[in-house]
Amino acid sequence: MAAAAAAGPSPGSGPGDSPEGPEGEAPERRRKAHGMLKLYYGLSEGEAAGRPAGPDPLDPTDLNGAHFDPEVYLDKLRRECPLAQLMDSETDMVRQIRALDSDMQTLVYENYNKFISATDTIRKMKNDFRKMEDEMDRLATNMAVITDFSARISATLQDRHERITKLAGVHALLRKLQFLFELPSRLTKCVELGAYGQAVRYQGRAQAVLQQYQHLPSFRAIQDDCRVITARLAQQLRQRFRCGPSALTQAPICARLLAVALPCVCFCVELLLALGEPKELRSLEAELGPSPPAPDVLEFTDHGGSGFVGGLCQVAAAYQELFAAQGPAGAEKLAAFARELGSRYFALVERRLAQEQGGGDNSLLVRALDRFHRRLRAPGALLAAAGLADAATEIVERVARERLGHHLQGLRAAFLGCLTDVRQALAAPRVAGKEGPGLAELLANVASSILSHIKASLAAVHLFTAKEVSFSNKPYFRGEFCSQGVREGLIVGFIRSMCQTAQSFCDSPGEKGGATPPALLLLLSRLCLDYETATISYILTLTDEQFLVQDQFPVTPVSTLCAEARETARRLLTHYVKVQGLVISQMLRKSVETRDWLSTLEPRNVRAVMKRVVEDTTAIDVQVGLLYEEGVRKAQSSDSSKRTFSVYSSSRQQGRYAPSYTPSAPMDTNLLSNIQKLFSERIDVFSPVEFNKVSVLTGIIKISLKTLLECVRLRTFGRFGLQQVQVDCHFLQLYLWRFVADEELVHLLLDEVVASAALRCPDPVPMEPSVVEVICERG
Amino acid sequence: MEDDAPVIYGLEFQARALTPQTAETDAIRFLVGTQSLKYDNQIHIIDFDDENNIINKNVLLHQAGEIWHISASPADRGVLATCYNRTFCCVLSLDSFGALGKSAAQLFIALATSSDSKVLTCAAVWRMPKELESGSHESPDDSSSTAQTLELLCHLDNTAHGNMACVVWEPMGDGKKIISLADNHILLWDLQESSSQAVLASSASLEGKGQLKFTSGRWSPHHNCTQVATANDTTLRGWDTRSMSQIYCIENAHGQLVRDLDFNPNKQYYLASCGDDCKVKFWDTRNVTEPVKTLEEHSHWVWNVRYNHSHDQLVLTGSSDSRVILSNMVSISSEPFGHLVDDDDISDQEDHRSEEKSKEPLQDNVIATYEEHEDSVYAVDWSSADPWLFASLSYDGRLVINRVPRALKYHILL
Repeated sequence: MAAAAAAGPSPGSGPGDSPEGPEGEAPERRRKAHGMLKLYYGLSEGEAAGRPAGPDPLDPTDLNGAHFDPEVYLDKLRRECPLAQLMDSETDMVRQIRALDSDMQTLVYENYNKFISATDTIRKMKNDFRKMEDEMDRLATNMAVITDFSARISATLQDRHERITKLAGVHALLRKLQFLFELPSRLTKCVELGAYGQAVRYQGRAQAVLQQYQHLPSFRAIQDDCRVITARLAQQLRQRFRCGPSALTQAPICARLLAVALPCVCFCVELLLALGEPKELRSLEAELGPSPPAPDVLEFTDHGGSGFVGGLCQVAAAYQELFAAQGPAGAEKLAAFARELGSRYFALVERRLAQEQGGGDNSLLVRALDRFHRRLRAPGALLAAAGLADAATEIVERVARERLGHHLQGLRAAFLGCLTDVRQALAAPRVAGKEGPGLAELLANVASSILSHIKASLAAVHLFTAKEVSFSNKPYFRGEFCSQGVREGLIVGFIRSMCQTAQSFCDSPGEKGGATPPALLLLLSRLCLDYETATISYILTLTDEQFLVQDQFPVTPVSTLCAEARETARRLLTHYVKVQGLVISQMLRKSVETRDWLSTLEPRNVRAVMKRVVEDTTAIDVQVGLLYEEGVRKAQSSDSSKRTFSVYSSSRQQGRYAPSYTPSAPMDTNLLSNIQKLFSERIDVFSPVEFNKVSVLTGIIKISLKTLLECVRLRTFGRFGLQQVQVDCHFLQLYLWRFVADEELVHLLLDEVVASAALRCPDPVPMEPSVVEVICERG
Repeated sequence: MEDDAPVIYGLEFQARALTPQTAETDAIRFLVGTQSLKYDNQIHIIDFDDENNIINKNVLLHQAGEIWHISASPADRGVLATCYNRTFCCVLSLDSFGALGKSAAQLFIALATSSDSKVLTCAAVWRMPKELESGSHESPDDSSSTAQTLELLCHLDNTAHGNMACVVWEPMGDGKKIISLADNHILLWDLQESSSQAVLASSASLEGKGQLKFTSGRWSPHHNCTQVATANDTTLRGWDTRSMSQIYCIENAHGQLVRDLDFNPNKQYYLASCGDDCKVKFWDTRNVTEPVKTLEEHSHWVWNVRYNHSHDQLVLTGSSDSRVILSNMVSISSEPFGHLVDDDDISDQEDHRSEEKSKEPLQDNVIATYEEHEDSVYAVDWSSADPWLFASLSYDGRLVINRVPRALKYHILL
């Protein structure tokens, strides 16, 4: 206490020291302690000292600051303040010190009182605790006594309690035995009353016990009785099952009863099979049977849907309700069962659908498929594991594919039919001798009929993707069916096969021209060209629009198809040129080969074969003109027919034959013709043709004239033979120039023919050009 | 490595007939026969100096008539056979009767031509002067001034048979047997007493409707030289020379007239044919229904087809589109997998390399198209001495000698 009292004023005296008289040591020590603290907190002394005065806590002149240095403070006061202010600050200081003194004293007193009261309280508590300890001891001894008594009482009651328990057990056993003995009669009664439920419940209760005690004869007898009764019961139930008209509605109840009554597993199957021999399937089969007018496919699928699928749904629902407890194994069994039945059903449906393949109309089929598919969705959800919905979708897809194939076949057949029609139309007028439909008309007919067939097929196939059809949103029908099936398989496939069919006419072995009429070649060529320019892109756009092709399968671009069609058109036209050229060639060749040119008479006429050639060429010109545009000719002087030729025949022709008379220069003919060849372009005889009339005719004429040239070179001519050739060539010149792109070509080739004939003549005396002209004009 | 430029030689006259000097295996020598109705026809013996790229020529007069076909004996360098037109001199008769009135002259000509002024193609065997047999290297102008004449050995009498289309020697024989084709007859001749006498050994003729005419024929080098193939119209026929009976017949081998054919020298059943349908077809005579292969590179009638004598993948064709085409028919050649290395002492590396090479897909293709001619090419043939060299002849009398491109040559050899 004294220490506490002493400690009170001593801290008070610290701040209470007057600044005028501080001891030298105390601030010194405090400064040191401060310094150490600062060091600890990482503030350097010197730094603090060097700080300028201000609100800085390190300011030594701050009275309340931690670094207050009386010396410095005093020095500062003395140096800065006038006397009056010094005085004021002294009085102020003294007042503050007094106030602090009094505060300190009141604090010490209050603390002292509180100490006194606390000491009293502690002393009182010590006394109370001592009393409580005694009472606790007493309580402990009492409890020990009570425990002792309780143990003694239970020991005396033990014996009696055991006996009571045994008696109760015996009583229960006896009641059970009584039930067992009564069981056969009860069961019989239940069966008689038809309370199958009750019977089954009894049976269920007794079964286990009977099973356990069957070695005892009395129990065995009971069990046998029960078995007989149960079997009878089961028999009755099954009978109701099978023949009852409301089999399916009652089935669940019966089934539940039976299931409990009999060993479960084997019976499940039996049940399902009993139900699963649906009359619907059999009736469907009967419908499919030999009866010739099969009901239409829609009706068929309707029957199938409502009968079979409905039945299957009910069975499945019943099964799941009953055997939910069986877990995955049961579900498996149901699925297998559903699969088995489903496959039989699908087989039937497919057989029926196969009968439908022949027809051209899709709408009924699509509707039927739609119903079929829609129907199977319900069990599909119920029997997910059986995959019936998938299988159904597959069937629908397969049918769709088959339909596509069927349509492709149809289109092909239609195309071939068109071709046959054209052939007949081409052959007919000659027989009838009157004007048949023109080529252009035939072409238009063919084109429009093919196009309408394509459109019809597209429309028919389009039904498969109609929105209201349940399977149209399957991925197959959204993607592959559109792009691969319809676009690639049907349309592109058809165009390709069309090109191939057309090309096959070019490769026909009967190259002598008998196989295909040339007009057909021409018509096909034009058809392919039309396809290239417009129809293909039109058809494909149509397809793309109708079937929003939206998947990643690569599709044949329009350009490829167009290129194919163009190539076909080109080949056909080239072949046409070859065939027609050959016809004329053969005429010319025969005419040159079969004649005896050495002993011919002086020409008086143009030979009939030349007239025929011109006639045929004109006919070809007309024919080609029906389908192909005129084409470009090489610019020539407008009046190029007669005048040019007369110039040609008088100057050039004579210039070329003149050296032949003079035996002195055997080189000249060669030289001349060689020089001439130097300046003319090489003539490609069977060169590819362009798609216009002029090019086609140029090709034909080139072939013919080249043949003439080669044939002439193989013969030897007499003088009049040469003159005949001269006349013939002039005649050809007169009439052929108008057909070709570059008449210079005809000049050149005919020139060559006459020159070759002159070479092949031992006595080349050409006819006077004027005479030649007269003869030709007369002819 | 650049290929050597083609060597061109010009004749004064039109020409169709070309043959290598078959019996000569050292020097490159070709024989060309001209066609002229007004002047004496010539046979040019063309010697090609491979090293210096120079042509030496010798001219022999062939006064009998214009030459349609020429073939050289495989045994004797100096012996050759020609088919030629014997023209009856209308010119002379016209000259001599020119003084008469025009109508009278015409009358005469009408009579003359109807009786004997017919053009008849005959065939004969000739011998060239000894000093020319092995080629002479004198300057060309000298020889042209003093043209020598052929010595007639024997005449193949065809008065009973019609126009001779061609004469073929038995290949690899002793030069004693000749087949000639005359209209619809196939005639086998024996040359006796050093070829001075030709005896008709056997003959066969083609019967059928219409005028049947052989266009060309070749003697097969296989089967001990007992087979001959002929072409008439669109049909190819094989004949056995022992019995003179037909062995096989390819009807409609070409769409139009068959112009020429040739046997594969290394594969006994293979032959090539060409014709007016611009196609070259390759046949296996054991299966005549379908050609093994068809080429359609020419744009006009193909007049000539020739297998290279040693590398049968090289096929040469000449056509009246003025082009000569050299094709590489590897797939149906006797070396379809390239040159087979069967030496035992090749190192493993080489073995490996050759294996690799043989795996390369070798494809049939056109090696080169030669466009040096400006008129129809009626004859092409390989040199008998240098398997990499060939000549082609166009109607305007231009003979062009070309070589197989070197790159290909080395590809085949190595």
